[in-house]
Amino acid sequence: MTTTTPTAPPTGVTPGPRKSASTAARESLSGRWASAAAIVIAVLWTLPTFGLFVSSFRPESEVKTNGWWNVVTDPQFTLDSYRQVISGADIDLATYLINSFVITIPSVLIPISLAVMAAYAFAWIPFRGRDTLFVAVFALQIVPIQVTMIPLLRLYVDPPFNLMPLSGNDAPGGGFYTVWLSHTIFALPLAIFLLHNFMREIPGELIESARVDGAGHVQIFSRIMLPLMTPAIAAFGIFQFLWVWNDLLVALVFAGGNPSVSPLTVRLAALAGQRGEDWHLLSAGAFVSLVIPLIVFLSLQRYFVRGLLAGSVKG
Amino acid sequence: MTSTDKLIQMSIAVVLFFAVMGTILLLTTKLRSRSGERVQAAAFIAPSLLLIAVGLLYPAARTVYQSFFGSAYEPIVGGDGENFVGLDNYRQIFTSNDLLQVLQNTAVWVVLTPLLATGIGLVYAVLIDRSRFEKSAKALIFLPMAISLVGASIIWKFVYDYKASEQAQLGVLNGLLKAAGFDTYRFLLTEPWNTLFLIVIIVWVQAGFAMTILSAAIKAIPDDIVEAARLDGVNGLKLFRYITVPSIRPSLIVVLTTISITTLKVFDIVRTATGGQFGTSVLAYEFYVQSFRSFNFGLGAALATLIFVLVTPIVVYNIRQMRRLEAR
Repeated sequence: MTTTTPTAPPTGVTPGPRKSASTAARESLSGRWASAAAIVIAVLWTLPTFGLFVSSFRPESEVKTNGWWNVVTDPQFTLDSYRQVISGADIDLATYLINSFVITIPSVLIPISLAVMAAYAFAWIPFRGRDTLFVAVFALQIVPIQVTMIPLLRLYVDPPFNLMPLSGNDAPGGGFYTVWLSHTIFALPLAIFLLHNFMREIPGELIESARVDGAGHVQIFSRIMLPLMTPAIAAFGIFQFLWVWNDLLVALVFAGGNPSVSPLTVRLAALAGQRGEDWHLLSAGAFVSLVIPLIVFLSLQRYFVRGLLAGSVKG
Repeated sequence: MTSTDKLIQMSIAVVLFFAVMGTILLLTTKLRSRSGERVQAAAFIAPSLLLIAVGLLYPAARTVYQSFFGSAYEPIVGGDGENFVGLDNYRQIFTSNDLLQVLQNTAVWVVLTPLLATGIGLVYAVLIDRSRFEKSAKALIFLPMAISLVGASIIWKFVYDYKASEQAQLGVLNGLLKAAGFDTYRFLLTEPWNTLFLIVIIVWVQAGFAMTILSAAIKAIPDDIVEAARLDGVNGLKLFRYITVPSIRPSLIVVLTTISITTLKVFDIVRTATGGQFGTSVLAYEFYVQSFRSFNFGLGAALATLIFVLVTPIVVYNIRQMRRLEAR
């Protein structure tokens, strides 16, 4: 990179956007090498998924005897693998797909609702000890979920004060409550912190004038705050959705290997262990589990990026 | 339970939740006085605080306590303390060969993953910045973030698939090795390099996160700084080294620390790809095995506490950096 040839702007683009630091770096690294490097990274990142995707549509006999790149010379496609993993009695991903939905929806709605309320109080209702309490909640982000698991499981199985056990054969809700509650608990500190940050950005005059007009906190919360908070709620919601849908640890520990409560990830991990050579099934199974988060992700990408930039990354 | 039952249970839970919360809010609507405000604050905050206290605070303290006891679960009240072992669980972690290997692997994970993911994310962000295909180019690197780590592990196990050299290959990498005339390689079985091939999986997932944050930071560098540097004849790699990198330093630190925190807690990849065999286990996976397979509650608690201790300074540092980033 000793000489840099000033390249003429491509015809048709007269002024062009102003150059940023990286544009400048990229151009002087000579455009061709930069594009080549970018393409290499992009291919490396896409190829693994693509290979599995192709394999999920190939017949079993083909998947097991030759590499997926042979589709170029010998294209054969079938939906047999999908049929087998979704409705085949031995794998039955359809049931686990429903479990994943049943686990995920309350595990997103409940913590967000609780967190919005708590965040509102922390931001706009003055009371003694508020800041200390907020810092305490915020500081609990450092607790890794591993540290909480066994005592929490004990509480579910054998709660004090003669409360109803939430896990076991005659648990309420068929045992889903333990999973819902755990996801809710683990989401709260981060959710409260983030939503509080968003809420503080809303101008105080808005709240003040509403107070003067005689509105109580409940009205301000439901009529003013909730509508204004929709983008923030969406940003955290998509995070929590992906986190819960893709979670393995919480499901393994709190669903306790009970197949009627276990989500897709648990079934898929078991499948990878038991039938590690059945690539036609693994590939189709993996894609069944990918479809939903991928759709959510692609359609709400805007909010996802906003959430990332605001710091919603679960430690 | 049939699927319909499950969906009904789910609806009951959600409706119940909103009904309870709605009632609490309605009951406090009428309060206007000073003390009324206190009641309202309590109504808004108490449910969250209760859950956090019972579900995070108490269990965390309980686990730390348990880490000084043997494999039986020690009741706090009424236990005669016979099971008390002091620091033995920790001594075991730092002396037994198996666990030392786990610690060593964890160290390799925590050092390499942030560096590789951030490095690749940064280079890619710079390369595609303001190019014509920026949006779709980003989406490609970004997509693995939507995939579960179980799914990602399966995707990469297929890439690493091993068949003896004379057989037809299913995995891309061994296919390439064979085509180039080399012997095929057991990527996930050959110690100690298999750990590196597992790390590739998490780098693959995390690079998108690094790229997103760093790309936003790069776009925020003021144009006049860049212009001034260019007028001074700073170009190419020098511009990258002396202008771009220093300008996004706070974001770089946040990305590095965030990824190392995530890495320290990841257990899905090891569990799905190798099951912790062939010398690949890491701290978070060993915690799972000791606690839920071997029922070594004391050792499991000590491993969890160790994760806690290791994560804490990084999180504190990370949050401080994030604060500084926001203050700018």
